[in-house]
Parts: sequence; structure tokens; C-alpha cells
Amino acid sequence: MIPSAFAYHRPKSVNEAVALLAELGEDARPLAGGHSLIPIMKLRLAAPSDLVDLAGIADLKGIREDGSDIVIGAMTTQHELIGSDLLAGKVPILRETALLIADPQVRYVGTIGGNAANGDPINDMPAVMLALDATYELAGKGGTRKVAARRYYRGTYDTAIEPGEILTAIRVPTPPSGHGHAYEKLKRKVGDYATAAAAVVLTISGGTVASCAIALTNVGETPLLAEEAAAIVTGSRLEAETVKKAMAAAEAITAPASDRRGTPQYRTKVAGVLVARALDRAKARAA
Amino acid sequence: MAKTRISLTVNGREVEELVEPRMLLIHFLREQLNLTGPHIGCETSHCGACTVDLDGKSVKSCTVFAVQANGADIVTIEGIAAADGTLHALQEGFREMHGLQCGFCTPGMITRGYRLLQENPNPSEEEIRVGISGNLCRCTGYQNIVKAIQYAAAKLAGATVQEAAE
Repeated sequence: MIPSAFAYHRPKSVNEAVALLAELGEDARPLAGGHSLIPIMKLRLAAPSDLVDLAGIADLKGIREDGSDIVIGAMTTQHELIGSDLLAGKVPILRETALLIADPQVRYVGTIGGNAANGDPINDMPAVMLALDATYELAGKGGTRKVAARRYYRGTYDTAIEPGEILTAIRVPTPPSGHGHAYEKLKRKVGDYATAAAAVVLTISGGTVASCAIALTNVGETPLLAEEAAAIVTGSRLEAETVKKAMAAAEAITAPASDRRGTPQYRTKVAGVLVARALDRAKARAA
Repeated sequence: MAKTRISLTVNGREVEELVEPRMLLIHFLREQLNLTGPHIGCETSHCGACTVDLDGKSVKSCTVFAVQANGADIVTIEGIAAADGTLHALQEGFREMHGLQCGFCTPGMITRGYRLLQENPNPSEEEIRVGISGNLCRCTGYQNIVKAIQYAAAKLAGATVQEAAE
């Protein structure tokens, strides 16, 4: 499989990259790890005139703490997320999720920025970013801006990013120590995308849920923040009856397509079950 | 489309070549450098037959453009054995433990195992299975592939001094 011809650019800085994208116009595409873009180019579902490879931009790499946030450079690979002691200690759901993405080879190359930014609802990181209430830092020729992950996703491959803009970093508010988390993903085999998945981040105080965020992967045109389900469990002790109501509330916001992973009815039920499992595991982990 | 000059190290050898930007690394290795050890299996980044080592990472060379490898240090299955032809412990393990049937997945399996054992010299069986989960064997000969990697890990552990001296 040979993609259409394109011109290749490898800028050294964000400024250079966004200037190039502005100059080259809408048929140019930024290239991160390439493990979503290159496959669709090989199938000729995409035929960009130019690729602007972000791999040479040192500023887009790395994971650091900034006050009460953790800032992750967009070109940080899934493999680097998995190996980060900082994340393992402070935002362990990112490591747990990265380990469920694709396979080792893909994780060496695939980036958190590409996974979060491209707007494919089948990706795992977007729902986790909704649950963590992360913020995306975007850069374009006109300057930089921040967009909440919860406002970023509009439809399949339709996001708040403008042509010529790139995602430079993801800013995650560090969850309180002692929070509970879980990313539950059902897949047919290693390396597969989710039939459905659920992310939960919660805190528990005196046996009751003090705060909770729930988000779902691949059961709609965008990742879904299950606000009602989270509101139902907040203040509860996660009794079976309450969890049942939260499952129903999560199922109610899904609209999965029928595909080889299952019928809409099946995938909706899977999403509900995964919410219950994720709540259970997050609770067990919360201090 | 104009060709781009790339220079990289492949199996310890400096290489400078002209490539079209759209040329995939697997095609570059096989067709331009005549390194036909890395195989083209699925062409969709699932099967891992095209796995090569790129700057200390196992990558599926069907999903990387050759231009992205400009400046990189690449090891393919052809670069795994010693210069005098002595087999690497992994190659020996695959032979001794019958780690291959048709052999199509073997270059990818060995190249992946090469990186896995450097990151985790003493992996459990489960860690090996997870570590090679991006490589498919259509003969389903996983049992002996796992044994072959265990063989290599044991052999390399016994030969630490010699390895470190290289």
C-alpha cells in the first residue's frame, strides 16, 4: 500500500510548524506518531499535500508538574506515559489507559497528542481527558489558546481545533491524592479498539463519594461525559441500587453505531457494565 | 515529487539514500537496501512481521515513512547476529526451542524480543506474552516462541559480562 505523494517538512519549533501549516494551507497536515494518519493515507482515505512532522520539536516532549497541574507535551508517546514515575504516582489512570492502547510497537510511536486531538471517538485518551477535566493547549499562527477537553469534541473527527492549529500540550489538574480511578475497556483482542470503555475518577470521604467524573469511549460520535451518572453516585456509598441507576443513566446517553464489535444494543449494555466495574475498582483504590 | 536525501545507520552501516517522502520504511529497507528480512505481512500495523528496532524502540516499519527515520539508528533481523555469523541468543533459542514453523513472523518476533530483553532481561512468561502481543504468528506457534525467548533470556543472563564488553 503506497500513499499519495506529499511533501515532507520537519520544523524545529512550534512557531516554525504553525507558520508552515498556515503557508501550506488546508491540505497540509501535522504528523505526530502517525499511527492513525499513516494507515488512512495508505488506504488513500487521506491524501495530504504536505506533512509537517512534529517529531523534531523538543518543546512538544516531556511530562512536568506546574503548580497544581501536570503538563504533558503533545508528542509524548504512550510508551513514555507508561514509563513515567510522575504519572504513575499522581495520575495513574493515564498509565492504566496507555497500557490498553494498541500494542507495544504502536505505543513506542503513538502519542498522547495524536490520540487526544484527532477527534476519532474510538481513541481511548479523550474520555480519560474528559474525566480528568483536562485542558488542551493549542497553537496557531495567530497565537496560543486553551480549550477544555470537555468542549473540544464536536463530532467524529470534528473538534475545536482550527486548520493550521496544533495541540502543543495537555494540562491535567492533578487529582487529589487518595483519589480512586479506573479505565475499563472491553476489546475483542489485544491491540483492538474498544467495543466500549468507561473512565472513572472519584474521591471518597467517610465512605461516601465526594466527587466523581465518568466518561465513555466509542459509544457515540464523540467521547461522552456521563454527568448524570456521576451526579447519581456522588454523595452515595455506591450501593448496588445506586450503581444500577448510574449504569442506566450512562446507557441513556450512548448512541453507538453497529459495527464488527457489536450491535448498538450490545455496546450500550457493555458501556453500562463497564461503568459499574470502573466504579467498583475506583472505589477499591480510593483512600 | 522531489526526492529527499536521508542518512541513517542500518545494522551499524552508514547509509545515505534518496527517497520519495511517501516511501514507507519497510519498502526502503527491502527494496532500496535489499534487506528482505523484515517482512510485509498485513501492511496495516497489526501483524508485526515488519518490526525493526529504531533508536531503541520496536517499530512497525510499514507505518513509518523512511524520511521519518532520517538520522536514526536501525537494526533489522540481518543485524542481530554477530559479525562473524555467530547467532544471537534469540536466534539460537528459536532454533533450539522450535520457535518457528513457517518462519514468516520470525524476523519480527526476534527483533521484538531483542528490544524486550534489553528493557526487561528477566521477563516472566506473562511479560513475554504481553511484550510480543504486537506480533502475530499465523501458525499459532506461540508456546515455542515464548520458550525461545525464555531460552535467550537465560543464556544472556549467563553471559552478562561478555555482552557488556561488546
